[in-house]
Amino acid sequence: MTLNPSLSALLGCIAILSLPAAALAGTREDQLAAYATAARAADPAFAGFSPARGKILHTRSFAGGKPDTPACTSCHGSEPRGAGRTPAGKAVEPMALSASPSRYTDPAKVEKWFKRNCNEVLGRECAPLEKGDWLSFMLGQ
Amino acid sequence: MNMPRSISLRPFILGAAAAAFSLVVLGRAQAGGSHHFPPVVDPLVKEECGSCHLAFAPSMLPASSWQRMMVNLKDHFGDDASLDPAVAAKITDYLVTNAGDRGGQRYGDKLLRGVTSDRPPLRITELPKWVREHRKVPDWEWKHKEVRTRANCTACHVDAAKGYYDD
Repeated sequence: MTLNPSLSALLGCIAILSLPAAALAGTREDQLAAYATAARAADPAFAGFSPARGKILHTRSFAGGKPDTPACTSCHGSEPRGAGRTPAGKAVEPMALSASPSRYTDPAKVEKWFKRNCNEVLGRECAPLEKGDWLSFMLGQ
Repeated sequence: MNMPRSISLRPFILGAAAAAFSLVVLGRAQAGGSHHFPPVVDPLVKEECGSCHLAFAPSMLPASSWQRMMVNLKDHFGDDASLDPAVAAKITDYLVTNAGDRGGQRYGDKLLRGVTSDRPPLRITELPKWVREHRKVPDWEWKHKEVRTRANCTACHVDAAKGYYDD
């Protein structure tokens, strides 16, 4: 038995269309899992990420970075569900997943901003534990 | 016999005058005077150059400026704006192609007057023409909490994102 050509074309379309959605849904979890693997490699006693620690990381001030951006909240604002603002006046969409549902689906983009912003705020790159804590805090917000 | 002829010509003369007037006005609007700089349309450039600040129009700087800027993104006016080299190359290509002395010449020509090529400027806000056009803006306006930096074009030029800097 052979499939009707238009039916097989339709099935093909459905298969292709459902791929990105499935890939997107797993992206955040995959990235968290990758951070967990790296955190465990750095410290065998690693016992999972903590949104509470992520919240502290997001809101506390650091002395090692640039004086005009001592905290994540300097640009992102103190409310994760609210918009932030860059020093050059550009609005930053909220970091909380509930307020910006399309966030954290591109691992390279997440890494790009961790690299830049950790350097600006902390004066160093963030450790996998810090990235995972912070991300799990924002995913739950 | 003469009278009706001259009367019948009147609407045509008026029509021609109106057409000429609108041509002049439309022509000026299209060229945008010297205050129109077509905004970035490439989605990659828009995303990468427009996250922290307005994605500045490529016609606002000469090609040599963009090239000089794009090789030092690690220290981008004091910020780390480093990019994947392949992405950076694509962006450089777009900026250079549309630079104020290349594809965007008819827009950037006036703004780039007095710019010498020996040391290409990195800051749009240091171009002689830019400085002249903003000389009347008082200090307190620059320090206003809605402005804060000269790079924040949209604080005063409400249509800057669309490429219009007339006000």
